[in-house]
Amino acid sequence: MTMSPTIFMEGVSKRYGETYVVRDVDLSVAPGECVAIVGHNGAGKSTLVKMALGLLTPTAGRITLLGENPAGRQAMAFRRRIGFLPENVAFSPAMTGREVLRFYARLKQVPVAITDQLLERVGLAAAARRRVGTYSKGMRQRLGLAQALLGEPRVLFLDEPTTGLDIESRQMFYGVMAELRDAGATLLLSSHALSDIEQADRIAIMKAGRMVACGALPELRRQADLPLRIRVHVVNGNAAREFTARRSVQWLDDLRFELTCADDGKVEAIRSVSLLEGVSDIEMMPPTLVDLCDELTREAAE
Amino acid sequence: MNAIATIAGREIRDGLRNRWALGAVLLMAGLALTLAFLGSAPTGVVGASPLEVTVVSLSSLTIFLVPLIALLLSHDAIVGERDRGTMLLLLSYPLSRWQILVGKFLGHLSILAVATVLGYGAAGAALTLAAGEFDADSLRSFAWMVGSSVLLGAVFVALGYLISATVRERATAAGLAVGIWLLLVLLYDMALLGLLVSDQGRTISAAAFNWLLLLDPADIFRLLNLAGLSETSVFAGMAGLAEQMQFGRAVLLTALATWVAVPLALAAFVFSRKEP
Repeated sequence: MTMSPTIFMEGVSKRYGETYVVRDVDLSVAPGECVAIVGHNGAGKSTLVKMALGLLTPTAGRITLLGENPAGRQAMAFRRRIGFLPENVAFSPAMTGREVLRFYARLKQVPVAITDQLLERVGLAAAARRRVGTYSKGMRQRLGLAQALLGEPRVLFLDEPTTGLDIESRQMFYGVMAELRDAGATLLLSSHALSDIEQADRIAIMKAGRMVACGALPELRRQADLPLRIRVHVVNGNAAREFTARRSVQWLDDLRFELTCADDGKVEAIRSVSLLEGVSDIEMMPPTLVDLCDELTREAAE
Repeated sequence: MNAIATIAGREIRDGLRNRWALGAVLLMAGLALTLAFLGSAPTGVVGASPLEVTVVSLSSLTIFLVPLIALLLSHDAIVGERDRGTMLLLLSYPLSRWQILVGKFLGHLSILAVATVLGYGAAGAALTLAAGEFDADSLRSFAWMVGSSVLLGAVFVALGYLISATVRERATAAGLAVGIWLLLVLLYDMALLGLLVSDQGRTISAAAFNWLLLLDPADIFRLLNLAGLSETSVFAGMAGLAEQMQFGRAVLLTALATWVAVPLALAAFVFSRKEP
């Protein structure tokens, strides 16, 4: 017996005139799960998030959020338990960070007393009394996260949460995300950044409105079956010549060569390379996320 | 209800923060004081109450200035939030779109009301200090004028929202706001005048003319303040019109309230239909 999904989409399409922004998407996110949507700009990620929130109505298909129609009348009640961080979040520049958060707390009917704690948690306590107009991009994003956390949300939608953030801010975001998941919240995030995607249980790849693949990262790697590259550094090129003559390798310069192998052949490849004389370093280069997306997109098109 | 108050509170705070409210108060007070003292100078000869004369001159000021301030406040209310990207987040919160609109309306109207009451009140207070006590009739017509100025402001705030909910670009909203102002404050009267002159009273009866005046909120305001009072209408040069006036004060107020309600309802309808 599986629990009913928190976010459920079936055959969801969104069409403007003749162009499909989202086309025939199925997605089911279980309670406590974290799913990342990946894709190029304009692939339909934000539109999908807006539809899940009930801000846009799909042209076709069915969406439920916490078992209800997100655009329906009863949506008002459960919106208090939903957090949303839009892409490029913005606030009234004349208000201070503290005022902004109190404003949103009142709208969510959350006690305003907890806003100071939240500002502390996202690292904005020192800037709480400054106007938002003076905030950096990273600070605005932190404030955006703080408002999404109001009311202990059961579902969070984070649209490109870490775009333009420094490493420290990212780590703070990941810390909060981990806490949320420990508390049993469901997360749906859209992103380009590999470090974001590593936080997710499953990855959904979108291309031109379609969902071309969905699964855990290792699963997707297997599915794409892209070769990985092994880069070998040697102290003396001559010793390795005999080995490289037998295999198809590519010499980058006198002391470095690369060989490619399938995912299941990597152990064997490393073993044979490591036996060579004068090997000083071995670098494993798994296919990048971009390679993976491109490959899965290409496979889906065929 | 709570959500509406929260939105209204934010608009008021925003207005105070970015000096909007202060600017409006200073502008209203400055112009009102100027008119009050320039206008009351010759009244000793005519023997009219200086406050009554001030009501006439401030009414004319209201017709130009209040719609302008109201449109400046309101035309950006929805399209501006969309443009800055604050609207999307607001819509994901547990409140409906009509609540957002009504909250903004109450906030903007409060700013406008405070600016009008303070600005005109300053002029009234200064006149009282300069000329002494006024009779109850003069005070009543002054209060009516201030109250109906706020109502006229409400009309143009609502019209501004209708523009703001409909268009996609902020520049379009600004252009349309200027257009609405020109049309209702200046052009409609000129067109009506031209029509009367060319018609020479052949087809347009006095009753029809009165109805035509109801189609412009600025004219309703004018009728309410300048023709409504027997004494004032003499100074305002509207005595001739006042004699033929078929509408009472209640009708005029209802007409002005309709001018608030209809654009506001239309704005709410358009806003609820638009995708963010």
